[in-house]
Amino acid sequence: MSAYSVTEPTRSSKWFAGLLVVAYTIITLLPLVWIIATGFKSGPDSISYPPKVVFEPSLEGYVNLFTTRTRIASDDFAALPPPETWYDQIVRDTGMVIAGQSRFGERFMNSVIIGFGSTFLSIFLGTLAAYAFSRFKVPLKDDLLFFILSTRMMPPIAVAIPIYLMYRELGLSDTHLGMILLYTAVNISLAVWLLKGFIDEIPREYEEAALIDGYTRFQAFRKVVLPQAATGIASTAIFCLIFAWNEYAFAVLLTSGNAQTAPPFIPTIIGVGGQDWPAVAAGATLFLLPVMIFTILLRKHLLRGITFGAVRK
Amino acid sequence: MTNPIDIAAKATPAPVARRVRGLSDRAIAWIFVTPTIFLLLAINIFPLIWTVRLSFTNYAANRPGREVEWVGLRNYTRILTDAGTWENMQTTAHFLIWTIVLQVVIGFTLAWLINRKFKGNDLLTTLIVIPMMLSPAVVGNFWTFLYQPQIGLFNYVVELVTGTPASSFSMLGPGGLAKWSIIIVDTWMWTPFVMLICLAGLRSIPDYIYEAAEVDRASKWRQFWTITVPMVLPFLMLAVLFRGIENFKMFDMVVLLTGGGPGNETLLASIDLKREAFEKWRTGYSSAYAIILFVTVFGLASIYVKALNKVKER
Amino acid sequence: MKRTTLAASAALALVWSAQANAQANELTLCWAAWDPANALVELSKDFEAQSGIKMNFEFIPWPNFADRMLNELNSGGQLCDLLIGDSQWIGGGAENGHYIKLNDFFDAEGISMDDFAPATVYAYSTWPKGTPNYYALPAMGDANGWFYRKDWFGREDIQAAYKEATGQDLREPQSQKELLQIAQFFQGREIDGQTVYGASIFTERGSEGITMGATGAMYAWGFKYENTPGQYDMEGAVNSSAAVEGLEFYKELYKTGTPPGYDNAYMEQSLDAFKSGQVAMAMNWFAFFPGLYADPTVGGDKIDFFVNPAQNVAASTLGGQGISVVSYTDNMDGALAYIKWFAQPDVQQKWWASGGYSCHKAVLEDPNFVNSAPFAGDFLEAMGGVQDFWQEPAYASLLIAMQERLHNYVVADQGTAQEALDGLIADWTEVFEDEGKL
Repeated sequence: MSAYSVTEPTRSSKWFAGLLVVAYTIITLLPLVWIIATGFKSGPDSISYPPKVVFEPSLEGYVNLFTTRTRIASDDFAALPPPETWYDQIVRDTGMVIAGQSRFGERFMNSVIIGFGSTFLSIFLGTLAAYAFSRFKVPLKDDLLFFILSTRMMPPIAVAIPIYLMYRELGLSDTHLGMILLYTAVNISLAVWLLKGFIDEIPREYEEAALIDGYTRFQAFRKVVLPQAATGIASTAIFCLIFAWNEYAFAVLLTSGNAQTAPPFIPTIIGVGGQDWPAVAAGATLFLLPVMIFTILLRKHLLRGITFGAVRK
Repeated sequence: MTNPIDIAAKATPAPVARRVRGLSDRAIAWIFVTPTIFLLLAINIFPLIWTVRLSFTNYAANRPGREVEWVGLRNYTRILTDAGTWENMQTTAHFLIWTIVLQVVIGFTLAWLINRKFKGNDLLTTLIVIPMMLSPAVVGNFWTFLYQPQIGLFNYVVELVTGTPASSFSMLGPGGLAKWSIIIVDTWMWTPFVMLICLAGLRSIPDYIYEAAEVDRASKWRQFWTITVPMVLPFLMLAVLFRGIENFKMFDMVVLLTGGGPGNETLLASIDLKREAFEKWRTGYSSAYAIILFVTVFGLASIYVKALNKVKER
Repeated sequence: MKRTTLAASAALALVWSAQANAQANELTLCWAAWDPANALVELSKDFEAQSGIKMNFEFIPWPNFADRMLNELNSGGQLCDLLIGDSQWIGGGAENGHYIKLNDFFDAEGISMDDFAPATVYAYSTWPKGTPNYYALPAMGDANGWFYRKDWFGREDIQAAYKEATGQDLREPQSQKELLQIAQFFQGREIDGQTVYGASIFTERGSEGITMGATGAMYAWGFKYENTPGQYDMEGAVNSSAAVEGLEFYKELYKTGTPPGYDNAYMEQSLDAFKSGQVAMAMNWFAFFPGLYADPTVGGDKIDFFVNPAQNVAASTLGGQGISVVSYTDNMDGALAYIKWFAQPDVQQKWWASGGYSCHKAVLEDPNFVNSAPFAGDFLEAMGGVQDFWQEPAYASLLIAMQERLHNYVVADQGTAQEALDGLIADWTEVFEDEGKL
């Protein structure tokens, strides 16, 4: 024992721990793998009884996700020229023809605009406010901070009706701007709290040195504090994005043709008679990718971020 | 109201501030804080005040033409004397308590295991975190499929492991399993969140404390209870706070999973509220309901935050 | 009511005067996202070519359809110029001024409601019910019907086993009780090495599923909403002994004739169960039948269809929608032109041919109609006896109450049918009192 650092776990305990965590990972990823696999099943395979573990991969789900299809009279169907593309072929094999594009692409882009837009805005405003709370004497600081946190406790429905009425008056209903502002308002409490923790940790001596060197306060903030807070900003961004990306309640309520995001769309993809599970799964998979990539890119910061400044000593 | 974080920051020493060129500190402070406060006032507080006002009326948002009457406290008394409300609150409490207990136990255990720093723990952490990145709506929807006894995965896995035939039970059906099935899904999705916070807590414990304990010949068991647990406790409590707040409000996942059924078995107060507000369009009534729920969370959270601060002071 | 008439005529005046300077010639039609909607897109290409108006479509998935569209109407949204809205919305659409009253337009254009099947006009167009005040043109006839595995029903071993078990011949059920008997016969039976079940039925809790399913049985027993139509006198109608029996029957069917896990099932789940080969029979809306008939696994000669069997009364639960002009449209002109185009008999013929259920007599009374699809005759029969849920402006509250009462009794096993229906009357009375109608 004495040969090792006392805090370094023993080899066997590492093995044991690793084994248990691997087991958990497998169990927890099973539903996820099932979703991804379902995206590559054909319609009948997806609802096969009993469920199929081995199946012939098909891109039907992805094709269905991006198209709308229709059945035409059998004489007309027989008279069609041979399919031109591989996706035409896939649809034709199910006895249908492509009628047009689905709106998934649009919804997805709305999600990108609203999700990343509100994340950016939350971080931008959050950083400013957090800096002010961290460095300056703000009157009623404690009260303001608790006020900011308490906005997070509101059930969305508590404010949904007035927001709904207010947006209707202001013309913000079903607009990107309206949704960005709304998600920013929900996320900003988290952003301020997390970021304040990070900025508190940056020694103020750095800025003071910069100020003495003749920087303005604002320059000092931009050139000294911001780079130092990068880790915190990155991890805060992950949490803001996860929320804004996946939000459902307000999206259903306040958006329709113009600014609707993907979460209300995906669970309701209905194919010919019944829920189109492969398309739903394909949509879920594609929709997971951006936020997953974002998280993997910033994963080093994730752990630091989650300490929530709140309990930082 | 006490601020839950330590306000470590002290005002910049006056002499420095005075020598600074450009905007005064005070002006910058206001410029930096105002947009946030303004946004929250506009999109949270103003609507909240409006909700309070509506809660004393019989207003219905789908009847623009109908005359709006003041009904005083009638909405509140109706809600509070309705047996259904209390049943829904109990359903919410059951859901909250069990999701928190399970997520804390599993999340902490996982974090503790991952903190053994075995090879590949980084990769596994990233994998484990994925479920919480999914949209709750998609999760609720897809789990109806996974829970389907004949064509879903869940029952077959249970059959494989325990030998109980897949078609012999229905997770979302009558027989009392439904309220556990929503707990399973929420736990699946959000345990990683609690795990991350615990992991941060564990990694914040400096090695020298354990080294000192080792010198004192304290057993590993004792070290766990006297060092690890107390040091992680504030983190854990914070995780509980955030999960509690979120799950109190949450309805999308459960609506898509069970629709509140069978019967009213999984009818959380938040789902009931959503129905009153946006399906029955009883705006006044549902506003009162929303205020009652908000006050409940706010009250519980305030008490909790006080306790959290006490724990931290120790 | 006067106000809406006024608004409608004012709007119509505007239409005719504005004919010359028609603005941005585009129209958006809103409907639910399902098979017939895609067929309508194809069909509308004719209209686009004829009128030069560009058609946009907004199809909302069924589970969100009501919430989203009512939301849109209530906020005076301009998303939809035309709305194919559910039959139950007509009361709210009319009373709250969301829909344009079409009488003057119909008169001016020579569109007669007599050309449409009376049941569909009653259900999809009129408010107050049965009065000649039209807020929609019947667009998509629909009812809840049944389909079954013809291949299983036709197998000799199965027929023999059925005969042995029940002493009767296995056939399309002629009564609700026969349906139950067949379902129970198939329940748990081994067919081709697979355990199969009786029937998949609607039991969904969240929106309207269990109500739409259970009323199929309840209407067949003689359930009524009111003793005297328009009087809201529900005592003795809603909880009549026939209604109680019908509801008890539905529970028995659910408990003894449906596959495990279909405790929150609506159209999608019912279809999944059938298409995956779990069940011998299933209920669903006629709208899905063309798709089912064409299904590669269970369609074609493996499937056949039947009307909701009568018990005491021949009755089916109504689905379907009429097409309305949304009063907030900025292209009233084009919207009305679309309705005019859609009402033409030859367009209606094409509509049926491409998978939509026309309500036009020119289509339905065509001697070839019955043979044009294996479910065409059943459709006619069903539409002859359709009954619909309340169409009151407060229909959503009424529906939520019924969903809760039925699900509690049928699925969650609480109380008796009598208690459920008595409780329902209490709930509904409260709603009507809030509405000032009682």
